[in-house]
Amino acid sequence: MSIVLPRDTPIPPGQELAERERLERLHPAGWTNPAPAQRYGLVVVGAGPAGLVAAHAAAALGARVALIERALLGGDCLNMGCVPSKSMIRTSRLYGEMRDAARYGATPPPAPDVDFAAVMQRMRRIRARISRADSIDRLKAAGVDVFFGDAQFDAADAVTVGAARLRFRKAIVATGASPDTPSIPGLAEAGFLTNESVFDLAELPRRLLVIGGGPLGCELAQVFCRLGARTTIAQDAPLFLPKEERDAAQILSDSFARDGIEVRLNTAAVAVRVENGQKFVDLVSDDYRNTVAVDAILTGVGRVPNVEGLGLERAGVDFDLASGIRVDDFLQTTNPRIYAAGDACLEHKFTHAADASARIAVRNALFPGRQRLSALIIPWCTYTDPEIAHVGLYVREARERDIPVRTFTIPMHDVDRAITDSEDVGFVKIHIEQRRDRILGATIVARHAGDMINEITLAMVAGIGLRTLARVIHAYPTQAEAIKKAADAYNRTRVTPLIQAVLRRWVAR
Amino acid sequence: MMPSTLHERPDDALLDALQRAAFEYFVSAVNPANGLIADTSRASSPSSIAAVGFALSAYPVAVEHGWMTRADAVERSVAVLRFFRDSDQSGGPDATGYKGFYYHFLDQRTGARVWRSELSMIDTALLLAGALVARMYFSADSPAEIELREIAEALYLRVDWRWAQGGAATIRQGWKPECGYLHYGWDGYNEAIILYVLAMASPTHPISDDCYDAWTATYQWENLYGYEFLFAGPLFVHQYSHAWIDFRGIQDSFMREKGCDYFENSRRATHVQREYALRNPGGFAAYGEDCWGITAGDGPSDEIAAITNEPRRLFGYAARGVPYGPDDGTLAGSAALASLPFAPRIVLRAVREMCRRFPEMLSAGQYASGFNPSLAAGGGPAWVSPGKIGLDQGIVLMMIENHRTEMIWKLMRGCPHIRNGLRRTGFRGGWL
Repeated sequence: MSIVLPRDTPIPPGQELAERERLERLHPAGWTNPAPAQRYGLVVVGAGPAGLVAAHAAAALGARVALIERALLGGDCLNMGCVPSKSMIRTSRLYGEMRDAARYGATPPPAPDVDFAAVMQRMRRIRARISRADSIDRLKAAGVDVFFGDAQFDAADAVTVGAARLRFRKAIVATGASPDTPSIPGLAEAGFLTNESVFDLAELPRRLLVIGGGPLGCELAQVFCRLGARTTIAQDAPLFLPKEERDAAQILSDSFARDGIEVRLNTAAVAVRVENGQKFVDLVSDDYRNTVAVDAILTGVGRVPNVEGLGLERAGVDFDLASGIRVDDFLQTTNPRIYAAGDACLEHKFTHAADASARIAVRNALFPGRQRLSALIIPWCTYTDPEIAHVGLYVREARERDIPVRTFTIPMHDVDRAITDSEDVGFVKIHIEQRRDRILGATIVARHAGDMINEITLAMVAGIGLRTLARVIHAYPTQAEAIKKAADAYNRTRVTPLIQAVLRRWVAR
Repeated sequence: MMPSTLHERPDDALLDALQRAAFEYFVSAVNPANGLIADTSRASSPSSIAAVGFALSAYPVAVEHGWMTRADAVERSVAVLRFFRDSDQSGGPDATGYKGFYYHFLDQRTGARVWRSELSMIDTALLLAGALVARMYFSADSPAEIELREIAEALYLRVDWRWAQGGAATIRQGWKPECGYLHYGWDGYNEAIILYVLAMASPTHPISDDCYDAWTATYQWENLYGYEFLFAGPLFVHQYSHAWIDFRGIQDSFMREKGCDYFENSRRATHVQREYALRNPGGFAAYGEDCWGITAGDGPSDEIAAITNEPRRLFGYAARGVPYGPDDGTLAGSAALASLPFAPRIVLRAVREMCRRFPEMLSAGQYASGFNPSLAAGGGPAWVSPGKIGLDQGIVLMMIENHRTEMIWKLMRGCPHIRNGLRRTGFRGGWL
């Protein structure tokens, strides 16, 4: 597997500056690897979010650190993941709002033309700006030795990159993951986009088929639809985002339909062929077959860990092609010197999970640390409109563990600020253990669910229950007030008829 | 009957009129040759097997009310039961059924599958529930009634419920000869308790012991608008199994854990509907404390065949629900009325108010599937879905009867299959 630097695609005029700036920071042209130290306290393989955090954290603790990267510093998140997708989401939201301006009491502009080049230029400027944090200069300033090239373990305590052999006391493998590609006959020949190529598009495809209804597929289907591509999304399951709860996924399906996306659930793409420059894709849903003609296909069917070709076998590090590097709860691999972090070993492939796991790996690697991965409470969010955020257990997971669950639900249409903002689609659901004020988890579907979920995560980390959340004064009017309302609803259920009678008698005395 | 004055009648007269009108659907929608009931009153409608289940439940009610002779009711019931007994069970694309189940939609003349419809587990259960009502009611020793009881029992016994699991933990929603089991997710609380009860009680091919628990494991118990209840969005979910089973005071392990029962749950769900209509987040016309009823059914559509990227606001035939939608302003008068046993006070107010304001949703006293006051042009009548659907008439007829006489509930409380199924799914207490 090799990662291609995004230089193959011609950069549209006017955008070279931002791109050159970013590439100069993340993989300078003409870079020469330093002479390796005799032995490193920590070698980090992979400079995505996990690797960068690990390298900086270890260097700050005084370790002699080497960081190996085969492509660009910053990894997927910065270069072809969260950062470019979120900046495009913002533009597409604006177009969505312009189209929907009447809802906000505004006059819709006359059929706004989408300047796709401008969308991508903004994305590149933003990506370049955010790349500063991940830059080679910051690593050098922190005293980290950066090596560009393919890493190959050749012993339990050594890794080579190019001509250099780096010996280490400890190592962290943080090689990330790559898009999985569906094996559909004709797809490879027809050509398709993934997160690794979609942000290099120079033109908006007129018609787009998105295969896969996971987070990436859902986010980008909505983006391209709102930017004006006639978009179909095919998901081979009854609902989008299969891990999320039914109501969340249902609201998303309805929002897609409202946007004008052709929603095809329970639908598999089974064959692709090209005729006269058009891609024809056969779709099958149970016994219903049809063919759609599109100009581009985007696949988002999941991610597979980057574990091959690293010589992990020679280092005694066990791995699985699907689930990645095998680690224990302390992120230690089967080689006690070597730890792993991020997408290469985690089930939850998120930037913030990579960051948190890297901090654990560094502490456990450099100190006699016993920090556990399982102690982390990791929220996540899919940045569709509305956003879908979750933390903790789902109801079905709690019930599988025989934990009786009560859910306190506040629809966003009961939240004043959501109403004033015409953003009242969605809900806050907080799951607690029955007969105990312990928050098990929460799902939020709202325009800004990703921001709102942090309060629940805080409560869970701090062991705060709904009784305490009900005492937290929330600024009015904010959408996060929904959380307070859920806590208030819980408090009201604590007033049993007996307590109610006593209170009444006291007040009326 | 003059629908425009319905709302002025006293409660009993109002319910009499609506129930009688609902029954007329089954009289007019039958093919006397085979007893099959048309799914809708629209031209060339096929038969729906669930509509047959409602018809089989309606005939005994009609006999009690004197709307139909016992002999006529027996004749119609035997005709349709014989049809199913003798139907093509090969599972072929043009057959009538397979493994004791039946395709959802059948040609009303020939009984062959139409519309490439699925072999439907839930609709077969509703059909058999109707057959069991007939079996319990027609208890005379006449040859016709003996034959009726024997066929009803035989139809139930030949269903291979275990096969309907398709090797999975829960019952699959459907099967087609072209592609096998359907992949639609059918988790979370829905109208299927009657299906699980019948499937669990089968002396011949019951579902696996843990099947019901596997299904209820997908339940969500939510506090919404101040009501704690087992969540499901569309109102019919809270009604269909209740047409046959009296859930008052009996609890399965989930309801024991929550200190509730399914009847009380439906009462709360009905109040939640009203609370939603009061809030009316979509700003739709007419929604209010006495104007609600959001459920699966027909509604206006703005669907365009090609992908146009045009935003949609109207959803056609859809499982509308509260509070998450989809909601396009479409209401079903029959859905409000079918909650009568659970919350008679607020239901009667709503029925009366909707009859007064939107008499166009009734024709000959029968409810249209849906009406949409937001699509009333210039203060004119609301959009009304064309024709009538048999299921809507059936649920109205049965719920009015259960509310007033508990007739169906009493019959089914005596049905050994229902009792066994409830016990085997873990129900205890109350009349059980």
